[in-house]
Amino acid sequence: MHQTGINRFQRRVLPLAVLLFVIISWYIISLFVPSNSVFPSPVDVFFGFLEEAGSGRLANDLIASLFRVTAGFFLAVFLGIPLGLWMGVQPFARAALLPTINFFRNLSPLAWIPFAILWFGIGDAPAVFLIFMAAFFPIVLATIAAVGNIPAVYFRVGSDYGMNRWEILKNITFPAIAPQVITSLRVTAGLSWLVVVAAEMIAGNDGLGFAIWDARNGLRMDLLVSGMIVIGLIGVILDRVLVQLTEIPSIRWGYER
Amino acid sequence: MSDKLIHVQNVSHSFGNTTVLENVNLTISRGEFIAIVGPSGCGKTTLLNLISGYENPSSGSISRNGKLRMVYQQDGLLPWLTVIENVGLGIRHLRDAEEKNRQLKDAIELIGLEGFEQHYPHQLSGGMRQRVELARALTGESDILLMDEPFSALDYLTRIKMRNELVRLLKERPRTVILVTHDIEEAAQLADRIIPLTTRPATILTEKRIELEKPRSLTDPIVTEAVHDLLISLSPGSLPATEKTGIKAEEN
Ligand SMILES: Nc1ncnc2c1ncn2[C@@H]1O[C@H](COP(=O)(O)OP(=O)(O)O)[C@@H](O)[C@H]1O
Ligand SMILES: [Mg+2]
Repeated sequence: MHQTGINRFQRRVLPLAVLLFVIISWYIISLFVPSNSVFPSPVDVFFGFLEEAGSGRLANDLIASLFRVTAGFFLAVFLGIPLGLWMGVQPFARAALLPTINFFRNLSPLAWIPFAILWFGIGDAPAVFLIFMAAFFPIVLATIAAVGNIPAVYFRVGSDYGMNRWEILKNITFPAIAPQVITSLRVTAGLSWLVVVAAEMIAGNDGLGFAIWDARNGLRMDLLVSGMIVIGLIGVILDRVLVQLTEIPSIRWGYER
Repeated sequence: MSDKLIHVQNVSHSFGNTTVLENVNLTISRGEFIAIVGPSGCGKTTLLNLISGYENPSSGSISRNGKLRMVYQQDGLLPWLTVIENVGLGIRHLRDAEEKNRQLKDAIELIGLEGFEQHYPHQLSGGMRQRVELARALTGESDILLMDEPFSALDYLTRIKMRNELVRLLKERPRTVILVTHDIEEAAQLADRIIPLTTRPATILTEKRIELEKPRSLTDPIVTEAVHDLLISLSPGSLPATEKTGIKAEEN
């Protein structure tokens, strides 16, 4: 957790220095590549970004993508965690379902793109479906593993202090698996953000993925790069938001050992 | 009506083909402090699990009168609950909020952790955590305290401190105690009766009574003599010959 040998000032300044270096190098290289339809300069990209933001297209695409990710991801969370819990406590369910879940976990969600379009057409539905397929299986597996890792002594304490089965689920099992499950939510949210871009490039008529595909078709490489930068930044912000969950006091313990 | 809180009769216990306990008999009266000592793996935890009813014996019978509380070997505190929430587990159904708060306040005062109520277990030292475990087990109604090597994860000096702490807590809140430990010194300092278990299959050969006021000094001759005797009965070869004769000479 703790970085040693680096002070606060350096921690702030070093990343900015790297960023500045990358942009300056990018600018210098762009001076030697005359065609900005192959290699746009940072200045082109900046004006492209202003154009997209000003026309309202950027906001539209951003909202479309965020909506799809949210819908697919929450669907996966609300179905995946209960299934994982059930499989975690029921050896019978685990034996029956684990191989199937493992198979789908290892199948790239992008392999579903043809069926996504065939079944759901173009728009929100195929993207939500693909995000669900990307996030659901890892969440199930992480929940099963988290249930398996609960030290037996916690259940004994629960029954020593007179908890019934429902209370044990609510007061022991849930809080005990929370840290591990939240770690997997961070990973799968990142995965969902990767998948939505791919889904929109192929099965969308809006969204950030569609925007960069559209920019490429219109040979507007400045807009393409501006879209790429927005996608990367949003991914970082999503992770920063989910990291906040790990700071909740009753969850923090899971990351302290 | 009975003052015999625990009655273990001809109990044997096996896991598969391994017999862990063989023909164990033990009666424990109200207010007694019993220590069960023996090497690791000899069946101390198993005996405690049988007494608590967590496991049923392969043969024989066990009767218990009164409410039991268990203090675990390590990390029995729920890490997602604060100190005060952990301590309050046993009285969480208490309706009267004022009474509940009073009891919680008393418990925290008892273990001297004022100011740490809202801390989580991972923010405490090992000794503090074990004090919280004791406070939790002693809060609310109970008659019998079962302790499975409660101090074995602590360093030596903290362990000695915790023994005195336990004596003090039990003066405030008297309980019948069964302490399981591999620490002979701990047993000699704390227990009224010490029961050494032999190696597997474990049975009770002798028991040692120590009639000495508590708190007891670690270097009190009665305590050191008890340690000496227990060492010999548990592991005859463990003391160098010179020490044996040395103590004998002193006694004469
Ligand atoms: N659930 C179990 N299944 C099989 N063997 C067990 C089980 N619990 C304990 N044992 C065995 O019984 C013996 C006594 O264990 P235990 O009571 O934990 O010893 P102690 O607490 O004295 O260290 C050990 O050899 C251990 O391997
Ligand atoms: Mg043990």
